Amino acid sequence: MTETELLLWVRGPALQVATVIFLVGVAVRFIEILMLGRQKDLAEARGSALAGGLRTIVTRSVPDRGTLQRSTFNVVAGYVFHVGFFVVLLFFAPHILLFHEVLGLNWPALPTPVIDATTVVTIIALLAVLVHRVLHPVMRFLSRFQDYLAWLVTILPLVTGYLAFHRVGVAPPPTLIAIHILSVELLMVVFPFTKLMHAVTLFMARYYNGAIAGYKGVKS
Amino acid sequence: MSKDETLGEALRQQGISRRGFLKFCAATASMMALPPSMVPAIAAALEKARRPSVIWLSFQECTGCTESLTRSHSPTVEGLIFDVISLDYHHTLQAASGTAAEAARETAIEENYGKYLLIVDGSIPTANPGYSTIAGVSNVDMLKEVAKGAAAIVAVGSCAAFGGIPHAHPNPTGAVSVSDLVKDKPIINVPGCPPIPVVISGVLLHYLTFGAIPELDSLSRPKAYYGQSIHDRCYRRPFYDKGLFAEGFDDEGAKKGWCLYKLGCKGPTTYNACATTKWNAGTSFPIESGHPCLGCSEPDFWDGGGFYKALSMPTEDISRTAVYAIGAGAAAGVALGALNRAKKAKATKAHEKVTINDLEKGN
Amino acid sequence: MPCVTDTASLPAGAGENLTHNVQPLLHEIRHALAKLLEDGDGTVIDLRSLPLAPGEEQKLLDELDQGEVTAQIQALGPTEIIETRYPGVWVVVHFNNDNEVVGKFIEVCHIPALLCSQQEDIREGLERLSHHLLEATT
Repeated sequence: MTETELLLWVRGPALQVATVIFLVGVAVRFIEILMLGRQKDLAEARGSALAGGLRTIVTRSVPDRGTLQRSTFNVVAGYVFHVGFFVVLLFFAPHILLFHEVLGLNWPALPTPVIDATTVVTIIALLAVLVHRVLHPVMRFLSRFQDYLAWLVTILPLVTGYLAFHRVGVAPPPTLIAIHILSVELLMVVFPFTKLMHAVTLFMARYYNGAIAGYKGVKS
Repeated sequence: MSKDETLGEALRQQGISRRGFLKFCAATASMMALPPSMVPAIAAALEKARRPSVIWLSFQECTGCTESLTRSHSPTVEGLIFDVISLDYHHTLQAASGTAAEAARETAIEENYGKYLLIVDGSIPTANPGYSTIAGVSNVDMLKEVAKGAAAIVAVGSCAAFGGIPHAHPNPTGAVSVSDLVKDKPIINVPGCPPIPVVISGVLLHYLTFGAIPELDSLSRPKAYYGQSIHDRCYRRPFYDKGLFAEGFDDEGAKKGWCLYKLGCKGPTTYNACATTKWNAGTSFPIESGHPCLGCSEPDFWDGGGFYKALSMPTEDISRTAVYAIGAGAAAGVALGALNRAKKAKATKAHEKVTINDLEKGN
Repeated sequence: MPCVTDTASLPAGAGENLTHNVQPLLHEIRHALAKLLEDGDGTVIDLRSLPLAPGEEQKLLDELDQGEVTAQIQALGPTEIIETRYPGVWVVVHFNNDNEVVGKFIEVCHIPALLCSQQEDIREGLERLSHHLLEATT
């Protein structure tokens, strides 16, 4: 297969397949969780479940002081790579073009040098997170194959994207671009079957917790 | 002019001085993208070179490549035809026609068997050989026959090199490239739609000067001209690196000469000499004139997802797929959710509450 | 000064100084001049092998400017040679018979090779002169 054929395949049929697996997987799991429902609280409502739920979605984004003190590294490194990942994904001009083509939405991009620096910082944070996971005895004990897999499919798009943009000579540029897109398709395909689903379920979890507390009239 | 004369002798016969000859060599080196330090070697080689017989076969093509060659100013096509090569057969440029022309071709092949240069432009239809014929002979047959005695083959233009526009989906004529049909001869691909004029003449000159094929890349294109991508030599690259893009053909960014990536420029994945050698004797090239690169020297550029679709965009309609996938996923989710609930209900029912009656009934 | 084909399709300011190749080129010329002074070895730079944005080539040539020497050769079309304001730095532009540019070089040397008379041409000229003199006496 020539490099042109690979690039066209990756931008065409492969992306179709990855999109289907990704969206069907996420939709099925999301609906399943919704339909599981929650146990009905038979007590009288003392506050608003809805308000509590919505509030908690926002407030849980800030770590509480205790967690921050006890797991400073996890919190900081985690925030850095999450924020960095989304900045690179959402504010790099060619990516916005992709979203515009698929979703019809458009928004301003950040200067490319800023994205470039952010990518490097994010990759460093992800590497630090892996080192911590391997060296820390408890983390190592708890870690399974899925944890390492999730880490791999997250860092690959960043690394391959960096190589493709800078046209690093390990492969011809069209192939570098194709590999980058392929790594994203891998992420999409793996997403619904791993803990990466937390990107969707975190909102449900936060809402449920907040709603339960809010119903009881308790601040969460 | 006798074919047995060397080029050096031929030029001197025409009254061209040694100084003139050296100027020709300097211009030739520049055109072949060779460093000026090679001029003495080129002079020595050209001095002794003999004009090769060249047969040019035009198949399923638009004649754009011949048109491009006739725009070559260095050397001019007349200079090329009369001084440097012996163009024994070319539909558009030759004076003869009909049986006389075909006879000329056959004579040239016979007299120079094993040594002539075969140039092909246009793709070759294979679905039905009758789609393109010359004097009743199908392109497939003519190519196979003439290729047998050729020393080397130059596939000029994207059609001959990769199939070109006839090869684009759905390829009704079954068009293929020269290298799809000829497997036992050295082939130089000179793609482009059309190729830059001096690239065509430069490749021919290289063969003449050194009697050998220039260094080729993985797609058999001369590295001297196709070794760099447009993106890596584009003068608008600093705008790409800074993230300054034109959004339309007539907006602020376009007027300021910003990068054309968003308008579908294929520069990053296209290899050609447009950004340095340029067109019309170095006047300009598409990007400089404000139009994104089409990628015309790459295989399947017609099917490459659209000229105005940026490289980061999908080539097929993902939105529709996404909508269907979400719909199907939601439906499946509801079905599975219902199944889950039914299972849960059944389990709950299996652990039915114990009533006082059961207790009384039991022990 | 040879005229560079005008690529003025872009508005002024657009694309100027973009490749930032002008300064490095001037540095390269400086190195070549130092080498010429030290070893007597010349250097030839093919201007058409480098990507230059519209206006940059003119900027370079303006910087080099015109020195003491201007020469024109008529062989297979005109060739214009000037010594720039930096002695030893020459600009050589080859044109064909249709006045199209076929080569553009910066030569750092004592004198561009093309300006010297060539051995073969001298030999041929000697023959012609001898023949002419012979005819004149008969």
